[in-house]
Amino acid sequence: MAPMPRHRPVMRSALGRVRGLGPARAGAHHWQAERISALALVPLTLWFVGSVLARLGADQPAVAGWIARPWNAALLLALIALTFQHAVLGLQVVYEDYIHRKAVLATAILLTRFLALLLGLAAAVAVLKLAVTAPH
Amino acid sequence: MSDADDAVFLGKASDGRLIRRPLSPHIGIYHWPLSMVGSILNRATGIAISIGTLLLVWWLVAAAAGPVAFAGVQAFIASPIGLLLLLGWTLSLFFHLFSGIRHLGWDIGIGTAKRSLNPGALAIFALTLGATAAVWIAGYAVFGG
Repeated sequence: MAPMPRHRPVMRSALGRVRGLGPARAGAHHWQAERISALALVPLTLWFVGSVLARLGADQPAVAGWIARPWNAALLLALIALTFQHAVLGLQVVYEDYIHRKAVLATAILLTRFLALLLGLAAAVAVLKLAVTAPH
Repeated sequence: MSDADDAVFLGKASDGRLIRRPLSPHIGIYHWPLSMVGSILNRATGIAISIGTLLLVWWLVAAAAGPVAFAGVQAFIASPIGLLLLLGWTLSLFFHLFSGIRHLGWDIGIGTAKRSLNPGALAIFALTLGATAAVWIAGYAVFGG
């Protein structure tokens, strides 16, 4: 006799399940977030490359002073947050394509998220420290 | 046929000989059209600049830490290995940037004609090399001048 299919309790209403969910069961959030962060990163990246280019070889006080200016600090924080968000989303898709063991996949995704959070926080703290303590 | 035969793709030809059944074609079979190279490079450069964020974080943290730490990053970037990494980072960043813009176009239905795929990929390569060259020439002008 074939084994009975295991009963999976569904905690949402039928409408709740259907709304916004495609066959992937997870909706389009990941895909959209990847595109939206990409869109925002286009001008941010160009601004960052141009700004660094104009300050090549500058010493620490000059670079720190540039980072500390409010708009620069704000744009850098946006760049940091969106870069790591976009990197995590993109790397997860790569992992999902090539890592077939669920435990390894979950571990890789979690490690990437933790590392990105840590690196992003470190970069953000550095920018905020300069922005808050800058001599005026 | 046993499961083991299935697993090693063993089959019988029409005359009864044992043969290895063909696998579906993988990257070793193809001619590597430009569109495919572009697609693979989009991922590869995405991974590369993800790792390259380490340099960005180091640069920012060192700038906040003080002159000594910052001089350390500057010295590393100016070293041969540092310059090579920075060159790879610039190339990867520009490729992923231009290729990403192309992807965003595809998402809203622009540039999906089959005929435009290879020329489009070629344009991304040209833009990447051009932008990288422009940035490095400008960089040496700023730094050297």
